Amino acid sequence: MNDLRELYQATILGHNKKPRNFRAIEDASHEADGHNPLCGDQLTLYAKVAPDGTLEDVSFQGTGCAISKASASLMTDHVKGKTLAEVSDDFERFHDLVTSSPSDEANTDGLGKLAVFSGVREYPMRVKCATLAWHALKSALDGGETAHTE
Amino acid sequence: MTLDVEKIRSEFPILSTEMRGQPLTYLDSGASAQKPRVVIDAMADFYSAHYANIHRGVYHLSAEATRQFEAVRGKVAAFIGAANEREIIFVRNATEAINLVARSWGEQNISEGDEIVLTQMEHHANIVPWQMLAKRCGAVIRVAEIDDDGVLDVAHLTSLLGPKTKLLAFTHVSNALGTINPVTQLVALARDRGITTLVDGAQAVPHQRVSVDEIGADFYVFSGHKVVGPSGAGVLHGRMALLEAMPPFLGGGDMIESVSFEGTTFAPVPHKFEAGTPDIASVIGFGAAIDYLEAIGMDEIAAHEHELLVYATERLATVPGLRIIGQAKEKAAVISFVLDDAHPHDIGTCLDGEGVAVRAGHHCAQPLMKRMGVPATARASFAFYNNSEDIDRLVKALIKTADLFA
Repeated sequence: MNDLRELYQATILGHNKKPRNFRAIEDASHEADGHNPLCGDQLTLYAKVAPDGTLEDVSFQGTGCAISKASASLMTDHVKGKTLAEVSDDFERFHDLVTSSPSDEANTDGLGKLAVFSGVREYPMRVKCATLAWHALKSALDGGETAHTE
Repeated sequence: MTLDVEKIRSEFPILSTEMRGQPLTYLDSGASAQKPRVVIDAMADFYSAHYANIHRGVYHLSAEATRQFEAVRGKVAAFIGAANEREIIFVRNATEAINLVARSWGEQNISEGDEIVLTQMEHHANIVPWQMLAKRCGAVIRVAEIDDDGVLDVAHLTSLLGPKTKLLAFTHVSNALGTINPVTQLVALARDRGITTLVDGAQAVPHQRVSVDEIGADFYVFSGHKVVGPSGAGVLHGRMALLEAMPPFLGGGDMIESVSFEGTTFAPVPHKFEAGTPDIASVIGFGAAIDYLEAIGMDEIAAHEHELLVYATERLATVPGLRIIGQAKEKAAVISFVLDDAHPHDIGTCLDGEGVAVRAGHHCAQPLMKRMGVPATARASFAFYNNSEDIDRLVKALIKTADLFA
């Protein structure tokens, strides 16, 4: 159960129970849906980009598993105030982390609290849950319209 | 329990292995069944000493392989109560069987404005081929409703059978809920109105004695891999009169009489529908699986699984926050459930950590999940090689999971 305890550690369980930024943004500049058909995770990502190109506000709504909810919660906290270029970098870094081999040392540079998701590597079937919010955010920022991912 | 379950378990090599460092508790037979050594050996033996292509070779090895292959056709017919073994068509699985009917019978008999009746509890395999057909032909799909317990509303279904209805396609047993439908009654309703029927028996044939001649459906499908057979052999049973009238599905070798560029004639049923080299070894293995099951007895299997269902339902009631989805009085040994605080996908992963294999998700039945008001469920599905210890381990792991997420 060791790997399991690593995956479902206190931070993730906490963010699942009380997700941060779990709301809509009325005057969002960008919005996209994310859907993980494998297990029924469904979320809507809202973003408000400020005139200076930084993420003024970001939030989400939806239903899903603990991994997807916690990931969305931690992501929204992590990216607030960042530039779009920084968000794009973080997306790559997070994606690399959760898809890296469990036998390799986890590269958690610049990811802060997001490092808790290194445990997902032992459960490849759950990677899409962890990256769902990120894909939705990317889709929102790329498309600018309501888009459907996955 | 009249079955010697411990002896049976010893005959399934994978049941003595571990998953995540724990003894494997395999509760996903609804997705696919494990294989007994005799099936594995039959295939290895066939490849080692008897393999040749079938139907065409002049030499002894090929004639023998052909004889063994065709003998399985007879075994399947006896197994599912079909008097005419030529009504047994080998396909890859139930999904392929339904696609065959949709293409071959469907395109010939369904036109614009015709109606196809399905139910809310269907597996995608018994929805999507009909949607594809309807799109091509301009037909309309009507959906019979189920109630909150996951029981088919027969009155509603009956009301949908009208003058435009050409086909009624429904599942014998729900893979997600375990609901057993009154298959003979429903087929009769359709037949009395001149409506063709297709029954998806994928989840029924593993759990109980099925007699297709008694049920009387025009088409009955199931997958070998759910009946402890290999993954490559499935069955379409069709009434001879329909099969003879239908055009071929796939074209190629083996399904022809003669080929010329001026014109080609087709082989008689069943070979008309078996183009190309089949998964010969899988069919051989499938034959061994049927022998194995017949030796145990489908009635004994049904009785054992029913005891498992009763015990599991009782013990699951002790898990805090657990709610069973699908409460039909007539149920196969399949239990879908949710937990208050843990999403099915999390349940599945937590159980995985304890060596318990269950399925989590929509079970290829997204419309059904929507009807039952859940995004997904966790599903424990039992086979005759499961015992009460499997259930105890499931419940222990679930209580741990419920604790973790509380």
